[in-house]
Amino acid sequence: MIPLASLQRTAEELMAKAAIEIPDDYLAGLRRAADAEKGELSAFVIRAMLENYEAAKHDRRAMCGDTGVPRWYVKFGNEARVEGGPVALEAALRRATANATRNVPLRPNRVHPLWRTDHDNNCGIGAPEIEYAFHPDADWIDLITVHKGGLFGTDYRMLFPADGLDGIKRFYLDTLIQFGKRGLACQPAIVGIGLGGSKDICSVLGKQAACLRVVGDRNPDPRIAAIEEEFIELGNAIGMGAMGFVGSSMVIDCHIEVGYCHTGGMPMSVHMFCLSSRRACARIFADGTAEFRTDPMWFTDYMRRSTVEWRAPAAAAAE
Amino acid sequence: MSEIRTAHLDLPATTADLRKLAIGAVVYLTGRVFTARERVYQHAIEEGAGMPAGKDALGAVNFHCSPAAAVKPDGTYAVSAVTATASFRFAKWLGDWFRISGCNIIIGKGGMTSELYRTHFVPNAAIYLTTVGYGTGALLGRGIRRVAEVYWLKELGIAQAVWVLDVEKFGPFIVESDLDGNSLFERENAKIAAGLDRLYEGTRPATMRRFGETDDKTQEVI
Repeated sequence: MIPLASLQRTAEELMAKAAIEIPDDYLAGLRRAADAEKGELSAFVIRAMLENYEAAKHDRRAMCGDTGVPRWYVKFGNEARVEGGPVALEAALRRATANATRNVPLRPNRVHPLWRTDHDNNCGIGAPEIEYAFHPDADWIDLITVHKGGLFGTDYRMLFPADGLDGIKRFYLDTLIQFGKRGLACQPAIVGIGLGGSKDICSVLGKQAACLRVVGDRNPDPRIAAIEEEFIELGNAIGMGAMGFVGSSMVIDCHIEVGYCHTGGMPMSVHMFCLSSRRACARIFADGTAEFRTDPMWFTDYMRRSTVEWRAPAAAAAE
Repeated sequence: MSEIRTAHLDLPATTADLRKLAIGAVVYLTGRVFTARERVYQHAIEEGAGMPAGKDALGAVNFHCSPAAAVKPDGTYAVSAVTATASFRFAKWLGDWFRISGCNIIIGKGGMTSELYRTHFVPNAAIYLTTVGYGTGALLGRGIRRVAEVYWLKELGIAQAVWVLDVEKFGPFIVESDLDGNSLFERENAKIAAGLDRLYEGTRPATMRRFGETDDKTQEVI
């Protein structure tokens, strides 16, 4: 039984980590982009950002004043049990969100869409979002928080099989360019692409691809991995860098996730996870101990399964 | 070797000070700035409240932002980071805003169009400074010496209130528009547009179009 107190304590620490510490994988990717950047203004912007991450870590202050819209991803091991059950877990995540908003502090970004009511704690109707996934043969819970920006750099389109890979490429470029101008997307970014699913799942897949895979990770389908690599190069060939200035630093990585869709369609979503790619994760074991890490390890063979019944891959089963 | 020029500006800035700033230059500010975004504009202009205080109290620099901040139990303020929000959404209030605020510097994210600069900024001898990367919140937070005052905290909440900040070497910012209304972003867009046709070679418009869609890649979404 996982004690609720350790879940909430870990969640509060994750909230602060996400807001303050740029993940190592993104940082390394940005340093590589900086080395290749020939555009003077774009290079200046990246140097300032690198300095900013240091200032945030040193001062323990949020790296960006817009601390995004905090949300949670929870992965339950099939054998995991939480004190008080899922309802208590959700209450703990909401408390952690509210407490961290006051203590870090974070910007209270969450308001009612019509009445603009702000509880000054990033909680409200449907906020923070909590998404769930499961994992076989495990008694731990993974907690992941992502504080993605909420306004620009995301788009969805219904494409059709006739549009093909060229159509996918065009919508990818359209999204990067329209939101890259003036740097509305706060690039260089980790670009996530969702292909397939229904409209809602297509958006979820793209967002998770951007926010829950680390820089350098490739899709296990080698043909999709090849498209990811081609798209990194394509995005950086636009001629646009940080803040939309002339340059080459647009895409730190590109992650594609697919889901089976309607036989007549090929829906696509694009998401850009910005210069402040805020994510933090921890695994909490049955005894309440927590192990922090930067890789969400969200997409597993189980998550991407395509068969009716789940059969662990031979290699994993042998372990 | 960097060609980028850096300037330090004491606030309030004179027109002569602003005249020296070319687009693309880097600027640090010392003095007083205040935050104001959509709810402040609505409240001051549409709801008729006017400015919450005089120019002496607020300064003449409007920052399109809200801080990551909290009110501490003793009534003082904890400010961790500040980062701008995108300015193009505030275009419709600009004329009235310049008239009642007397600002001559607006700081924000992404700039506005050169058309707006010529219509509203140039006649008011005002320039636009853009924040850098849009994520240098921690560096900007370091430049805040103190929170001088917060107006309309109760009415508008932490994220939309008017935060009056005394700052020192506050930056970096980049000069996006000069006193003649030139825009750095538009200059850069034009340079990038030259290569876009080649980039799109081999692709074709989506099978199903959308209302209002254009394939003119030189257009902007703002």
